[in-house]
Amino acid sequence: MASESIALPRAAESTPGITERLHEWVVTVDHKKIGLMYILYALVFLVIGGIEATIMRIQLIVPHNNFVSPQVFNRMMTMHGTTMIFFVAMPILFGFGNYLVPLMIGARDMAFPRLNAFSFWLMAFGGLLLYFSFIGGTGLYGAGSAPDVGWWAYAPLTSRAFSKGHSTDFWTLAVLVSGFGSIGTAVNFIATIISMRCPGMTLGKMPLLAWMNLVMAGLVLLAISPLTAAQAMLMLDRYMGAHFFDTQAGGSAAIWMHFFWIFGHPEVYVLIIPCFAFVSEIVPVFSRKPIFGYPVMVGATVAIGFVSMTVWAHHMFTIGMTSYANAFFTFSTMVVGIPTGIKIFNWIGTMWGGKILLKAPMLFCIAFIFQFLIAGLTGIMLAAAPFDWQLGNSYFVVAHFHYVIVGGILFALFGAFYYWFPKMSGRMYNEGLAKLHFWTFFIGFHLTFDLMHIPGMLGMPRRIYTYEPGRGWDVWNLIITIGVFFQIAGVLVFVGNLLWSLLKGRSAGNDPWDAWTLEWATSSPPPEYNFATTPTVRSRRPLWDLKHPEDPDWKYE
Amino acid sequence: MHDTAVAAASAEPQWVLPSRGPVAMYSLILAESSIFTIFVVAYLFYIGKSLTGPYPTKDVLELPIFATVCLLSSSGTIHFAVAALRNGNTRAFGTWWFATLALGSIFLFETGREWHHLIYEEGLTISTNLFGTTYYSLVGLHAFHVTVGLIMLALGMIFTLLGKVRQEHAERSEVFSLYWHFVDAVWVVVFTVVYIVGR
Repeated sequence: MASESIALPRAAESTPGITERLHEWVVTVDHKKIGLMYILYALVFLVIGGIEATIMRIQLIVPHNNFVSPQVFNRMMTMHGTTMIFFVAMPILFGFGNYLVPLMIGARDMAFPRLNAFSFWLMAFGGLLLYFSFIGGTGLYGAGSAPDVGWWAYAPLTSRAFSKGHSTDFWTLAVLVSGFGSIGTAVNFIATIISMRCPGMTLGKMPLLAWMNLVMAGLVLLAISPLTAAQAMLMLDRYMGAHFFDTQAGGSAAIWMHFFWIFGHPEVYVLIIPCFAFVSEIVPVFSRKPIFGYPVMVGATVAIGFVSMTVWAHHMFTIGMTSYANAFFTFSTMVVGIPTGIKIFNWIGTMWGGKILLKAPMLFCIAFIFQFLIAGLTGIMLAAAPFDWQLGNSYFVVAHFHYVIVGGILFALFGAFYYWFPKMSGRMYNEGLAKLHFWTFFIGFHLTFDLMHIPGMLGMPRRIYTYEPGRGWDVWNLIITIGVFFQIAGVLVFVGNLLWSLLKGRSAGNDPWDAWTLEWATSSPPPEYNFATTPTVRSRRPLWDLKHPEDPDWKYE
Repeated sequence: MHDTAVAAASAEPQWVLPSRGPVAMYSLILAESSIFTIFVVAYLFYIGKSLTGPYPTKDVLELPIFATVCLLSSSGTIHFAVAALRNGNTRAFGTWWFATLALGSIFLFETGREWHHLIYEEGLTISTNLFGTTYYSLVGLHAFHVTVGLIMLALGMIFTLLGKVRQEHAERSEVFSLYWHFVDAVWVVVFTVVYIVGR
């Protein structure tokens, strides 16, 4: 007894061993630790998904290449898409949301910390399940290992007759399990933002990041659930002999497409709205001006949320729908461009007349605005059904959505990384390396994805593992693949910068950017309890009020 | 400076936000509604598209009036249970809670009887035709939600019998009652789609 009472405090004083620290992370329910785990997990899968993309691009660098077999190419294509959407983009954005939302609204933690941990581990398990298919997917059939049905897994290719073995089941289960995790996270975000705000933070005084995560969470509830339902149907088809997508028994392959894209299109907005949120926080701070048109920004986000639920079938113009359906989905798709355009004007309005600081986060955000604009414009082109009949399923479409996902989402994410890295780690990143990262990645991105539009217009279909020489595609494919290596170099600089700064970076202080939202009011990294006393806010920029008591914002709002 | 943003003015009105439990349950219900919508759409889309029988005619599929009455009235009993607990009347709570559990169990038993009839007398399984596929998946999805609800009700019943349920648990039981009301409301949709539109 006596020895115990002496030993305990001594054990607490000594630095914990690696197992204890690991254990602490595994059992944690702290939103900041869970947020960081989401982000690290996603970065690992970003590298894996990037390797898969690189394998495809090496295969396509010259015609008639034999770098990988057609079977492996199909697996890489499926795994790249599934990984990047479900196990990179979603977790990384959930990670930032998890980390930032409670801090920004002055809360102690998420509304349901244990549900939060559970959701993370579900998603982590889903990713492991997907990659276990490389080992376990063969089953007893000697069939292919990893899923090879494409990331949208159109019927009837996914039926037992055409997709033997267990590869498709691994895909279905991985997506289903991570989907349950996403729904749990979305429920948590909504409950946190509605019920946990600090005193004085009315909805109209909430940071835009919290607003946009609220809309994103609502979209997750409405969009991920149909995918869950469709995956359940696919499992019933494959295991119980049901006929949902079985055309032999009167089932419909087209209804799978509808169910998939009812998920698939809002999903794009699930991913891009948190990125709008990053840009809406970073651009004002680096323009030294409050955001231009806050209420319009909120309204536009909510409008995007609603309209994005009505546009899904623009992914399906080429399957032959009625002219009414074509007209409706062309119209609704063009309508969704309006609130998006409003946002772009608001960001430019924020920069207009501001004192712009061209640090790395701002560089990425400016690139985001213009690249996302171009992605939106090619989106408007593809929204016109007759144009889509010409270019649907070509490399033009691949170029378009990678412009959204890489040029939009990934650029905003890099900006967010540099902006919040000092808060999360307590250390400053290296600005020179960050600029090097920006320019190499920027050049690589434009080499790859600007030029990818051209073979698409010249008729190169997507998802082919090789092509004939002399169709005018050769030189474009060569340059596209060269661009990939610039992007890899950029990402290596990024990872190197993070690691170096984590160990050697100078101390960042609590508020390195002279910013205005509550996360900068606490220490870097924040203590487990976030705020020693619950903050009270009176305006949208509580830290401005604190720093400028002679001219606070709440006098004008 | 870095601990609080702005000192609280003590004269300000009290800061009250919606409780997190009901907000989370409404969010979950939104997600669940979305799942059910997809199954309902699939059911409606495949009405009359089965290539072989049995078809959902009036002698194959009987109206489950008794089961429906039981399930819908269980919404009332759980409401009274929550109201009783809010007043601190744990005895009345236990009675109404048990009534809910019993009515829900009767519903599930009746669904089981209907399935037994369809499987053994009509020869309809999930793999027979599109009617079987969509019928068993939609009704089964609902029955799954009833089952989850019954497990929760049974847990609540055990706590009640052990004397662990007190007045301060009223909000938790109310959050669960939201789920149970949702399961009842979905049955109204399923009933309409399966037994009225599709028959």
